[in-house]
Amino acid sequence: MNDIATTAGNTHPMISMTGVEKWYGAFQALKDINISVAKGEKIVLCGPSGSGKSTLIRCINHLETYQKGEIRVSGTVLGHQAKTIDAVRREVGMVFQQFNLFPHLTVLENCMLAPLRALKLSRQEAEGRARQLLERVKIAEQADKYPAQLSGGQQQRVAIARALCMRPQVMLFDEPTSALDPEMVKEVLDTMIGLAEEGMTMICVTHEMGFARQVADRVIFMASGAVVEEAPPAEFFSNPKHERTRKFLGEILGH
Amino acid sequence: MNYTLDFTPVIEGLPSLLTACLGTFTLAICGMLLATVIGIGGVVLRQSKIAPLRWLVIVFVELIRNTPFLVQIFFIYFALPLTGIRLDPTPTAIIALGINGGAYAIEIIRGGVQSISKGQMEAGLALGLHKGQVFRLIILKPALRAIFPSLTSQFVLLTLTTSIASAISAYELTSVSQRIESDSFRSFEVYFTVTIFYLVISWLMMRLFALFSARYFAYPVK
Repeated sequence: MNDIATTAGNTHPMISMTGVEKWYGAFQALKDINISVAKGEKIVLCGPSGSGKSTLIRCINHLETYQKGEIRVSGTVLGHQAKTIDAVRREVGMVFQQFNLFPHLTVLENCMLAPLRALKLSRQEAEGRARQLLERVKIAEQADKYPAQLSGGQQQRVAIARALCMRPQVMLFDEPTSALDPEMVKEVLDTMIGLAEEGMTMICVTHEMGFARQVADRVIFMASGAVVEEAPPAEFFSNPKHERTRKFLGEILGH
Repeated sequence: MNYTLDFTPVIEGLPSLLTACLGTFTLAICGMLLATVIGIGGVVLRQSKIAPLRWLVIVFVELIRNTPFLVQIFFIYFALPLTGIRLDPTPTAIIALGINGGAYAIEIIRGGVQSISKGQMEAGLALGLHKGQVFRLIILKPALRAIFPSLTSQFVLLTLTTSIASAISAYELTSVSQRIESDSFRSFEVYFTVTIFYLVISWLMMRLFALFSARYFAYPVK
């Protein structure tokens, strides 16, 4: 099997998934997923819980395996060999619902760990990067605190900075605001909007439809492991084509 | 009962009892260090992709935890020389204590590792770190912190278990006190004093662990 197949030029999409299928035993979690994301494109992925949206983005950095189909990240076929997987993971940043900051490291150390150990940057370089990105998520003054000393919103912004310290080409967001108290959602969304405006390629699993309207180039709606509908947000919200989509939108926008 | 207490032999033997305490400390500290290495190494092998390595650890843990320490130390001291491995009492005791404590430490530390949320591993992997780095840099410290009280009591137990090394006459508190007792027949006075000494040693160990914990695990958690 050809594990690293890099095509020259930048004509290929940043991420392409072709015919991706995944089973948990007899249960099919992903059904024939075909998605292509261009450089700089922002995708919002939504759908009811259990629809496979988290599983889908977790396949992109191989936190989940899949049984059929092909995923390419920036032209590299994501095979099952550790080397390719590590290479892809360094290009793909991920932000989790539960933040997953490392509790025993300060905010600054959280941001420096992977640049030091995975990219082998010098301490000075890693620290410079970390401080700059903490500045960007407006949390520079908390650099020496531990995660447990921060609010949820602050922790999630640190998590975004930590991912950005790897200078990824793509950012994946897995329900980044779902675990937050309502008053902290905005600070995280604002950070994500800022990132989008700078041209980052983003795939966000989120139910923040305001964010989808403002930022997304395309909204992809999934149900039961399959892509049901995809459209630009204006069209997606005003004129959803499928019954399943209308029902979902009715449920989340209805109150 | 007309027994008159006479601590004279104990007082005369005090210098050798105190240096014997150092012997006990040496056995305990070296045994703990070895047990920690075996404990962490065992947990790594226990999670290995290679099934025989996992089985090896399981068999080791079961074997050690279900046999008496006295038999284990006799085995190393009296049986191993038949295979050409001949060790002095002190190294024998350290190895036996390390192996015995290590088997318990594997199970304790494994519990700690399992208590760390899967998200920590995933966050490390997503950042491009490989599995070994994730374990060493992300999982290990919080895992040790989580089980540190259990590890402390296991290691205090290990400290007290050093007394069994007197059976192969390793240099430690119990064997020295036995000598004083058999010379003086002052059983009550000798073992009363030794009991106090062991209490103090245990207490010192616990203080040592508390200090270590306060330094090494100082980060706040929710």
